Amino acid sequence: MSDELIWRIAGGSGDGIDSTSQNFAKALMRSGLDVFTHRHYPSRIRGGHTYVEIRAADREVQSRGDGYNCLLSLGDSFARNPQEEAYYGNEEIKPLSENLDELREGGVIVYDEGLISEEDVEAVNLHERAEENDWHVFPVDLRGLAKEHGREVMRNTAGVGVTAALLDMELEHIEDLMSDAMGGDILESNLEILHEAYEMTQEEYDFEHDLRVPEGSHETEQALLSGSNAIAYGAIDAGCRFIAGYPMTPWTDVFTILSQNFPDMGGVSEQVEDEIAAAALAVGASHAGVKAMSGSSGGGFALMSEPLGLAEMTETPLVLVESMRAGPSTGMPTKPEQADLEHVLYTSQGDSQRVVFAPGNIEEAYEQTRLAFEIAWDYQIPAIVIYDQKLSGENTNVDVEFFDREPQPDLGSTLTEEELREAAHDNSGKFKRFNHEDAENGVAPRSIPGQKGGRYLATGNEHSPVGHISEDPDNRVAQMERRLEKLESIRAELDEERDSTQTYFGPEDAEYGIITWGSSQGAVAEAIERLNAQGHSVKGISVSDMMPFAEKEVTEFLESVDEAMVVEMNATAQFRGLIQKELGRFGDKMTSLLKFNGNPFEPAEIVEGYEVNLADEDRQPTAQVRIEPAAGD
Amino acid sequence: MSAFNAIGEEREIDRDEYTPGVEPQPTWCPGCGDFGVLKSLKQALPEVGKTPEEVLTVTGIGCSGKLNSYLDTYGFHTIHGRSLPVARAAKLANPELEVIAAGGDGDGYGIGGNHFIHTARENHDITYIVFNNEIFGLTKGQTSPTSPKGHKSKTQPSGSAKTPLRPLSTSLNAGASYIARTAAVNPNQAKEIIKEAIEHDGFAHVDFLTQCPTWNKDARQYVPYIDVQESDDYDFDVHDRAEAAEMMRETEDVLNEGTVLTGRYYVEDDRPSYSQEKHAVGEMPDQPLAERYFDDDAEWERSYDLLDRHK
Repeated sequence: MSDELIWRIAGGSGDGIDSTSQNFAKALMRSGLDVFTHRHYPSRIRGGHTYVEIRAADREVQSRGDGYNCLLSLGDSFARNPQEEAYYGNEEIKPLSENLDELREGGVIVYDEGLISEEDVEAVNLHERAEENDWHVFPVDLRGLAKEHGREVMRNTAGVGVTAALLDMELEHIEDLMSDAMGGDILESNLEILHEAYEMTQEEYDFEHDLRVPEGSHETEQALLSGSNAIAYGAIDAGCRFIAGYPMTPWTDVFTILSQNFPDMGGVSEQVEDEIAAAALAVGASHAGVKAMSGSSGGGFALMSEPLGLAEMTETPLVLVESMRAGPSTGMPTKPEQADLEHVLYTSQGDSQRVVFAPGNIEEAYEQTRLAFEIAWDYQIPAIVIYDQKLSGENTNVDVEFFDREPQPDLGSTLTEEELREAAHDNSGKFKRFNHEDAENGVAPRSIPGQKGGRYLATGNEHSPVGHISEDPDNRVAQMERRLEKLESIRAELDEERDSTQTYFGPEDAEYGIITWGSSQGAVAEAIERLNAQGHSVKGISVSDMMPFAEKEVTEFLESVDEAMVVEMNATAQFRGLIQKELGRFGDKMTSLLKFNGNPFEPAEIVEGYEVNLADEDRQPTAQVRIEPAAGD
Repeated sequence: MSAFNAIGEEREIDRDEYTPGVEPQPTWCPGCGDFGVLKSLKQALPEVGKTPEEVLTVTGIGCSGKLNSYLDTYGFHTIHGRSLPVARAAKLANPELEVIAAGGDGDGYGIGGNHFIHTARENHDITYIVFNNEIFGLTKGQTSPTSPKGHKSKTQPSGSAKTPLRPLSTSLNAGASYIARTAAVNPNQAKEIIKEAIEHDGFAHVDFLTQCPTWNKDARQYVPYIDVQESDDYDFDVHDRAEAAEMMRETEDVLNEGTVLTGRYYVEDDRPSYSQEKHAVGEMPDQPLAERYFDDDAEWERSYDLLDRHK
C-alpha cells in the first residue's frame, strides 16, 4: 500500500479539468484523507496544456510533493484540427507528453485513446519509457465511452471511473458530489458513465501495480478551501462589506467570491474602470464608515500607490490584497512568484507607512486578513495582505471548526456621537480629528461624515488638527511623529498582546536554519522534515510580519543557528534584503535559494539546495533554482 | 435628516454655518472665479435644507481643490483627478449623505477624465462641479484640456495643437442625467443651477466657468454671457437629448469666439440613479450600509455559513 496518492488530471483549458479535480479532491477528503491541490494553467481560455494535481495522504500534506504517481490524461479537445503552424500548434498530445517527466517510477497512466492516437503515443516513446520506469499504462476510449452513454464532454467522468477502479477507490463520495452538482438527465448519464467505466476496468484489466488510495482517518468535518476563499472569508468575518476592484489574475478570485456573497449579506461590490479608481472607492467607502477593501496583482497594484498614500495621510483605514504573479510588467499571468515584496513595502511617495502581512497557508490567510482589518481600523493605517498565485489557487482541507469565529464589525478607533460631544473641538466648532496632543499609540480617533459634531476636513496635504492644509513646521513634525508612532505601537501589540504570526518548523536546538515567507512555507516545512529524518539538524521559520517587521523573532532565530538559507520565489533575494535592512546584521550568515521559473518550489529542490550549500561546493543545484552566496553586512 | 442622528425638527439653516469660524482665509487670487463657486454653494446648500454635517464635499487637486477648506461641511480633499471615485463610494456607503464632488478642468477633464466618463455612465447620485478656467492655475499657467487651440503657455510655447475637449457633449455622451453650464460672473443663475444639481437624483454635472485673472489674462472673462433659457434666440427642450446635443455643439463651437452661453442643457428626470439600478438588481442594501456599524442590533453574517459548499 502506497502512503500517498498524487493524482494528476491533464487536458486542455475548458475541458472541465477544474471541476472534475475539485470533486475528486473532495471525495478523497471525505474519505478521511488530507489533501492538497496544485493547479497549472496557461493564460488562455480554451485549449493549451493544463493540469491539476491532487496529493492525498493520511497525514498533513503541505505541498504538491515531488512528482506524482497517477496520471489521467484526457487529451486537449480544443487543440483538434489546428491550422498548420498556427500560433498554438498541434497540442492534442500535450496532456500526455508534457506530463511524463514528473511521473514517478511505478506510476499509473490512463490516457484517452479516443483523442490520442497510437501514432502520437509512439512518437513520444511512451512504451519504451514505460518499460524503463515500470509505468503501468492503460489506454481507454474515454471519449467513446462518454459518447455512448451521454455526451462527449463527459469523458472526465469516464476517466474518474477508470482511475477510481484502478486505485481501488469507493465511488460513494464521488456519486454524492455529482448529485450535489447536477441533476436530471445529466446526472443520470454521468452516473451511468462512471459505473460503466468502473466496472469495465475491474473486469478487463490486471492490476499488477501496487498504487492504491490510502486509508484516511479524519474524525472531524473538513472543508476544502483555496487561499482566495480563506482571504474572502476572513474579510467577511472582519466585517468587510464593501469591495471595489478591477479583474486581474490571480486577484480576481477574491473579488469574485466577495461579489457573489455580498448581495446576501447587505454588502456592496463594485467593478470599476481601473485600479486607481478601485482603491480610491475603497478609501471613499471607508471614509464614509464602512469596512472596505480592494486589491489587485502586481500591475494593478502599481496603480494603487496613489490612493494608498492618500489613505495613509488622511488616516483612512484600508485593506488591500496583492496576489503576486511573475513579473516584471505583465510577466506570466498565471504563474506564481514572490517578487512584489519591495513593491508592496515601499510604493507611494514620502515617508509613507503601511502594515504588510504575508500569510503562508490557508489558515494564516484567513487569520491575517482578519488581523489586517483589525489593525487597519484600530490604527487608521492601510494594511496589505500579500500572497501569490500559488496560495491563491491551491486547495487544502481545513477543519471546519477553525472557522467558527464571531464576526467583528467593530470600526476600531471611531467615535460615536456621544463620544464626539466630549472630544476636542477648535473655536469654530470643528472636531480636532487629527489631534496630536493626547493621541495614544499615534492614533487620533475619527468621526464619520453625517455624525453630529464631527465635521473636519480629510486631506492628502499635510494638515492641522482639524484638517486644514498646513505648512507650519511645528505642526508638520508633530503630525509626522504621531503617524510614525503607529508602526512601533503595532509592533509592540503584535509582540506583546498576540500570538506570533510567524510559524516554526523542526527542533528548537537545530544548528541550521531555513527562513522563508508566504506560500513557499509548505515546501520548506516538508523539506525540513525530510532533512531531519535523514539525520541533519535543521529548523525553519516562515515569516508573516513584513511591516512592521518580525524583528524579535527573526533575530532570535538567526542568533540560534550557525548558518541559514533564505528560500523565496524571486531572482533578487528581496526578502533576504529586507532582513538585512531591518536587522542590520547577519549578512554573512545567510545564503539564498531562489526560484523564478514560474513554478513553485518542490521539497526536493530545497533539500538539494541545502545539500549544495552545506557541502560548500562551487556548483548550482540541478533543479531550476539558484544559490546566491552571503553578501556580508 | 442626518445619517446618524435625525434632527427631528424644521429649522432655518444659516448661510454662516457653512463658513469656517476661524482660519483659513481663501488663498485664491483677488478676482478669481473660484470665489463665485464658493459663494453659490454657500447660498444653495441652506436653501436645499442641508446642514453642514449632512454634506460631504470631495475635491481634487488644484485651486479648485481648496473649495472644501473654505466651506464648513464634512470634506475630503483627495488627490489629483480622483475626487469622483472617492465621492461615489461615499454615496454608495451612505446614500443619506449629500455628496458634492468638485475639481478643475485639468483635474476633472484631464487626469480624471476616465473617472468622469464612468461616473457619468453609471449615473451616480452625486453633484459634480468642474471649475473650468481653461488653464492650470496652481501649477502656474500651463495649457489645460479646455484651453483653446493655439493657446500659448510655457509648456506649449508655439501654441497648443490640440482641439479643446467638449465637456458638455462628453458628459451627455457618457450618460450624465443633468448637465448645465454656469459662470462665476452670473451668481444668481449659478445658485439656482447648483440647487437644481444637488436636488437632481442622478449624476449632475455643472461646468462652472471661472475666470483666472492671473494665468489666463488673455481669455475672455465670460462676459457678456447669454442665458440660453432666457434668450428668445435659443429655443430647445432640455429634456430632449438630440436638441440638447445640438445646443451643446453650438455652444462649444462658439465659446472660444467670445460668445458665452450658460444655462441648463440637459435634464433627464426619469432615469434611475445608479444606486436605484443597483438596488433593482439586488446589489444594494435597503438601509444605508454605514449605519449598520452603529446599530447594535444589526445581524452580521459570518463565513461559517458559506462553508457548506466546501465540505
